[in-house]
Amino acid sequence: MLEIHNLHVSVDNKPVLNGVSLTIQPGEVHALMGPNGSGKSTLSNVILGHPKYEVTQGDIKLNGKSILKMAPHERALAGLFLAFQSPHEVTGITLEEFLLAAYRAKQKRLHPDKPPVLVFRFKKMLTELMAKLHMDEKFASRYLNHGFSGGEKKKCEVLQMAILEPCMAILDETDSGLDVDALKSVCDGIKSVRKTATHPMGILVVTHFTRILKYLKPDHVHVMKGGKILKSGGPSFAKELEKNGYENI
Amino acid sequence: MQKPSAKSSATTPFENLNRETFDHHDPSSYMKKFRKGLTRELVEAISKDKDEPEWMLELRLKSYEHFLKIPMPAWGPDLSALDFDEICFFAKAADKKGGYQSWAEVPDSIKNTFERLGIPEAERSMLAGVGAQYESESIYHSLEKELTDQGVIFCDLDVAVHDHPELVRKHFQKTVPPNDHKFAALHGAVWSGGTFLYIPKGVKVKKPLQSYFRMNAKNMGQFEHTLIIIEDGAEGHYIEGCSAPKYGSQALHAGCVEITVGVGAKFRYSSVENWSKDTYNLNTKRAIIERDGVMEWVGGNMGSGVTMLYPCSVLKGDHSKADHLGIAFANAGQIQDTGSKVFHLGKNTSSSIVMKSLSNGGGKSVYRGQVHIAKTAENAISKTQCDALILDPISISDTMPTIKVDNPTATLAHEATAGRLNEEDLFYLESRGIAKEQAEAMIVNGFINPIVRELPLEYAVEMNRLIEMEMEGSVG
Repeated sequence: MLEIHNLHVSVDNKPVLNGVSLTIQPGEVHALMGPNGSGKSTLSNVILGHPKYEVTQGDIKLNGKSILKMAPHERALAGLFLAFQSPHEVTGITLEEFLLAAYRAKQKRLHPDKPPVLVFRFKKMLTELMAKLHMDEKFASRYLNHGFSGGEKKKCEVLQMAILEPCMAILDETDSGLDVDALKSVCDGIKSVRKTATHPMGILVVTHFTRILKYLKPDHVHVMKGGKILKSGGPSFAKELEKNGYENI
Repeated sequence: MQKPSAKSSATTPFENLNRETFDHHDPSSYMKKFRKGLTRELVEAISKDKDEPEWMLELRLKSYEHFLKIPMPAWGPDLSALDFDEICFFAKAADKKGGYQSWAEVPDSIKNTFERLGIPEAERSMLAGVGAQYESESIYHSLEKELTDQGVIFCDLDVAVHDHPELVRKHFQKTVPPNDHKFAALHGAVWSGGTFLYIPKGVKVKKPLQSYFRMNAKNMGQFEHTLIIIEDGAEGHYIEGCSAPKYGSQALHAGCVEITVGVGAKFRYSSVENWSKDTYNLNTKRAIIERDGVMEWVGGNMGSGVTMLYPCSVLKGDHSKADHLGIAFANAGQIQDTGSKVFHLGKNTSSSIVMKSLSNGGGKSVYRGQVHIAKTAENAISKTQCDALILDPISISDTMPTIKVDNPTATLAHEATAGRLNEEDLFYLESRGIAKEQAEAMIVNGFINPIVRELPLEYAVEMNRLIEMEMEGSVG
């Protein structure tokens, strides 16, 4: 369970979040909507502990424990995952190397006594997952996100999610820049990861548009504006928003 | 620091390598016999000790004259603290002309040093020949019999002066003349030991040959001379490794490498230099490449207080080609002033220079390069790429390329990037559960990997481990 309580955040002493509260139960899908600059991406990054942001008030708890003092990698190991809005291109590190390091870190946390996974076993697992997501396995030996198209980058984020099986995934505008087919295939990937995960996976879908919500059906929909959640509702609230926009909230 | 897990599982001779491995010094009581400072008498004494022919003594004395006349370089890092009176220019730990015939005969005190460094036992299996030098003299050289039968010569240059005087005389100081600069002159006067490699016409040596140079005593100067002759159509790969312990007082390394690459020949020279941080490493390396010849330089510079090193290719023959790959790491108190020089003389010559540098803890990395396209060099192509990664706010990186074009048909490209460890890149890796230090090491390794992977495996592992050691606890 992820609990965000009265969260205030600043960047360079400028407030960007002004008291956000949000609770996501295991296995629930929440949609966080709102116009540009409303603080959605900030919230996503703050949850993972991006060093740029300063939490000035409030708390974030994962399964009852505050994570504010935890380093980003500790938060990841505790089960949080962020699919980035614009995944970075990192030269010199192959996707496979990167995922192996991440997977081994995770396994080490879960089973400290077990030896690290063998490279060939990991490769087999990776190849299978990539096939499932309709990704060319050649991408594994390419530098992380290097020269990937927008859609491929987003798919690559889902692949990472599939490998790490988080208990809470934040999808920061995973739908942006995708055409209809790519969106469907990415969402199919997310659904399949959720289905095969050994535990109920909570999801926070951060988006401008409702089209991704046709695939990832939210249990709750929230609207954010000016660094605050202004209104929340059930699944039908998204349709209402699509019709009337954010103006009148 | 945690090692990137993908790499830590390898078992290598360098697995237990640490700073102590290099900084450790063995007893050097033999040093009592040798005096500091440079005089004409010392130059004569060195030549006499080696029982050299008259022509070599003359070359030494001529070099000494140049040394007295030529001023210190007026550019580059500050060398004012270097005191020639405090350096021991010649010392022998063992009195054995031409080195020992087998590794077993090498005295334990010397053997220990090399064995601690993993040489030559661990590498013998994959190398065609091995050489080792301790202080001023070569102690050991070996070469596979098959290669000896084909006419390949791989020995101590002191030995070659006696056994192959025509070859040595024809090539010695021809690529790097002693009046080239102050340290080339100094080198010419006091050079001792080093490697002579001769690969005759058409012989292709597939396995690499290696020499390891070690300075052990305090205030030592090492001036080994590497003379390499690759005849027409021949091929080879030679590797040099260097280290010295740390004393907190200056040491000087002014080696010289001269390479001739014949018509259609191909040669690769790789080196990893890891001198201690009180060493001035002022090295001269140059190759002359004939028609259709190919020269490749691969270098890693980790150690030294001040390094000035600019391997040079003279593309003399038409269609000749040079590749320069280099990586330099400047840590606290270090200046790595490195680069490349290429002279295009022949038609349709091409060169490619890729240099990477890391600066950390206040260290300074400088890329200093020179590409010259001569009037005669029709259709020359040259490409330079230098990338700098700066690991903290107090470190410095600088790029100083010089390009001179005297022929309008040339095609030139120069690209330079300088960046700091990117917060967003780090956060990306961390957000997947990878600890910050490991994420930093992965990014740094990724940055240098295109160069390091060109090094022989052991050196690549050594290089990676050294860089991790250098970075330990000092980043972030």
